[in-house]
Amino acid sequence: MNKLLEVRDLEVSFSTYVGEVKAVRGVSLELDKGETLAIVGESGSGKSVTSKSLMRLLPSPMARIKNGEILFEGRDVAKLSEKEMQDIRGAEISMIFQDPMTSLNPTMTVGKQIDEVILKHQKVSKAEAAKRSVELLALVGIPQPETRYKQYPHQMSGGMRQRVVIAMALACNPKILIADEPTTALDVTIQAQILDLMRDLQEKTGTAIILITHDLGVVANMASRVAVMYAGKIVEVGTVDEIFYQPKHPYTMGLLASMPKLHMQEEQLMAIPGTPPDLLDPPKGCGFASRCPYALEICLSYQPEHMRCSDTHQAACWLLDERAPKMDDTVGWRERSLT
Amino acid sequence: MKRYIGMRLVYLLITLFVITTATFFLMKQLPGTPFDEEKLNRLPVEERQLLYASYGLDQPVYVQYVRYLANVVQGDFGTSFTYKNMPVKDIIANRIGPSALIGLQAVVLGLSIGLILGIIAAYRHNSAWDYFTMFIAVLGVSVPNFVLAALLQYYVGLKWGLLPVAFWDSYENSILPSVALSVGVVAIIARFARNEMLEVLQQDYITTAKAKGLTNMAVVMRHAVRNSLIPVVTILGPIVVNLLTGSLVIENIFGVPGIGSLFVDSIKMNDYSTIMGITIFYSAFYVFIMLIVDMLYSVIDPRIRLASGGE
Amino acid sequence: MQQQEKASLDHLFRPASVSAKEPEKISRPPLTAFQDSFRRLRKNRAAIVSLIILILLGVLAIIGPWMTSYTYYDTDYSAVYKAPNADHWLGTDKFGRDQWARIWEGTRISLLIAVLAAVLDLVIGVAYGAISALVGGRVDNVMQRIVEIIIGIPSLIIIILLMMVMEPGIMTIMLAMVITGWVNMARLVRAQILKLKEQEYVLAARSLGASNTQIILKHLIPNTIGIIVINTMFTIPSAIFTEAFLSFIGLGLQEPMASLGVLIHDGYQAINTQYHLLLYPAIVIIAIMVTFNILGDGLRDALDPRMRK
Repeated sequence: MNKLLEVRDLEVSFSTYVGEVKAVRGVSLELDKGETLAIVGESGSGKSVTSKSLMRLLPSPMARIKNGEILFEGRDVAKLSEKEMQDIRGAEISMIFQDPMTSLNPTMTVGKQIDEVILKHQKVSKAEAAKRSVELLALVGIPQPETRYKQYPHQMSGGMRQRVVIAMALACNPKILIADEPTTALDVTIQAQILDLMRDLQEKTGTAIILITHDLGVVANMASRVAVMYAGKIVEVGTVDEIFYQPKHPYTMGLLASMPKLHMQEEQLMAIPGTPPDLLDPPKGCGFASRCPYALEICLSYQPEHMRCSDTHQAACWLLDERAPKMDDTVGWRERSLT
Repeated sequence: MKRYIGMRLVYLLITLFVITTATFFLMKQLPGTPFDEEKLNRLPVEERQLLYASYGLDQPVYVQYVRYLANVVQGDFGTSFTYKNMPVKDIIANRIGPSALIGLQAVVLGLSIGLILGIIAAYRHNSAWDYFTMFIAVLGVSVPNFVLAALLQYYVGLKWGLLPVAFWDSYENSILPSVALSVGVVAIIARFARNEMLEVLQQDYITTAKAKGLTNMAVVMRHAVRNSLIPVVTILGPIVVNLLTGSLVIENIFGVPGIGSLFVDSIKMNDYSTIMGITIFYSAFYVFIMLIVDMLYSVIDPRIRLASGGE
Repeated sequence: MQQQEKASLDHLFRPASVSAKEPEKISRPPLTAFQDSFRRLRKNRAAIVSLIILILLGVLAIIGPWMTSYTYYDTDYSAVYKAPNADHWLGTDKFGRDQWARIWEGTRISLLIAVLAAVLDLVIGVAYGAISALVGGRVDNVMQRIVEIIIGIPSLIIIILLMMVMEPGIMTIMLAMVITGWVNMARLVRAQILKLKEQEYVLAARSLGASNTQIILKHLIPNTIGIIVINTMFTIPSAIFTEAFLSFIGLGLQEPMASLGVLIHDGYQAINTQYHLLLYPAIVIIAIMVTFNILGDGLRDALDPRMRK
């Protein structure tokens, strides 16, 4: 019970015009105090939906949690009342969104927007909240915090706004900070600053971070553990070293191969052929099978279970079954059969 | 900003000039005279000419035009043909009160009901309330206001006898015309506020506000409503138009002694100078409101306010 | 049990023969923009019901007057102010004219005026807006100054003045409405074309060497039609309203011509005793306005690609 957050078998569906989209299909996760877990995957893999469901911020009534538990300090978040949930949001778990240009209210000063969260969760006067907000602005490295406090978002740069968003998220010392692609919308130089800031603040406050990203560079920089998502499922989870140096799932391997490296000899980046499956009608077997160079017949009709590779490392892939033929690590069977 | 307002004022003046000119020459084309033909024919020729001269009608058209323009610039719209010796501007001034009363009441009523309907409809998107609001909004723009006024007059006034429907001697007389006039406003505002609010509710900053743990009420009131109210200012234009046209028939139907009924009466009486006076008055009012609306918008929205202030 | 099932899978542990094309397959069939819009419109039940009612009203406007042996102009002083009965289905007016014939004749005239006015608005507005946007430069500048002046004019007032000057009739009403009415369409079309010209896909087409004609035909027209259709759908009811309004204040068609506005005006005159004279034309005009508005809304939702899910 020393886990801060435990997600078990989470399923989230969206009802749309054309049918039910199964965005998250049985995700299980764990998060320890103070650690940084990265969830990586391409767009549409369900990583954002997973993170939003942790705070129950999915757009209702289109999206709903169909199954599973989200245990935060032993309490199932999925079953809390809206009122109880409000006490958790911003105070125990807070969130940073992708685009700082749109995630702040344009008609309210940034100071007021930070005050708001403090006033909601702490019994302080307006003046004290304002004082705390200015301190927070200083903490996230905004110069002249008193002046900035009175400004509107459009008077600030993107990086500055993201700092404001971070200040807002950390205002009540949350135990978990969910950062949904916090640097994607920013310039590269600003990205590094924001990541540094987040790491700094994590050291100071001991907040656990769930980092949602598709950028493996950011993962390597920030995370202690990594969960790789594909087509609404977690396909592999492990420490950063395990994922980067001993990937077990062909998707993770493909993802790593598609990442540019500084000292790379080959001219060409490896791309994963094909597109993710349609989650309106998810495949019976492994979601990656149709794109997997190592696909077995069983992959097409049966979902693989998570298999243990080490104490911290698991992957959901039939290739790890003892009956599977041994994978040689250069070419997939498909290419071999084609050539 | 100053440059912008200056430009707008220039346009405003050109527009008014075009309207005045068009009105003047159109009126000159009118068949018949403002005078009772039969009585006129009985007058001796000299007296007839004297009558024409007293209204300046004996001069060539271009002289009349220049003189009229010069007078209009000084705020003089000439004298009425029907109300002998009454300056048109005085007649208009006397009629502003009732028009302003029902106009303002309609705006206040329409704005408050429209906003409440629209905001709740967006908040409870796809609920019965939402459908009800959309129904009201469609009905409000679809039912011609004079049809509605006639129906109100028949049911509320005549059949049920709840409110007075004619004459203008107590405050109650202003209720039905105001209600009839406000329905269009309710429809426009409710639909617009709903759509704005739906748009705002989709914004990322609303999710941010929710992620702070604010109650739904706080999210809606502090973040959503405020931001969806700002653009409502932009549709004050169509609303004013709605009120102006509405006032023409509704004042007529309910016997409100306002500018609208004066206009309709003047049309029936061929009272050129009054028609021209009211046309110019209405147009000036209209273009002026449009200018105010634009300026108001830039004052309310901090994005625009500060962007222009910074320059 | 589970052990057994597991064992039975053993033979599946061999490389799958997935065709190389398989991963690139697009799983949902593509829809053209038009098919997609039509599909969405069809799902909008209110819009479809409105369309059916409108068609019904249109058919009645055409054949309605012939369904009875009476004409809309024949007076019969022995049968004035008759309540609806087997002979006169909707009663008679102060001259003993058959209301059924008059209402459908009036509907026909009102629709005719509105549709013609909308079409004229469309032709003038689209041409003006398109020329202004496509030619650009000084021409656009001058054309826009003119538009800005006209837009500042309260159109109903000008329409009223024109109605006073010109001979009353269908053409007059229509022209009076068009004189200021086209401006709205012109603005919308110009704004849309200017927006499209800046779109990346148009720039892409241009950089691929597409000619101006190709760009206009392939990109500008298809993407402007939606706005034109929607705007026209809202012009028609507002023209019907304007006609009725003018007739109501006594500036519309002359007797014995009938339009919905004339009928409502006559009905209002007799409101104290002959309630049905107001009620039926009011129902027809409200039905037309409501259905056009709902259909217009439905079309807007259907044609607006941002709503596409």
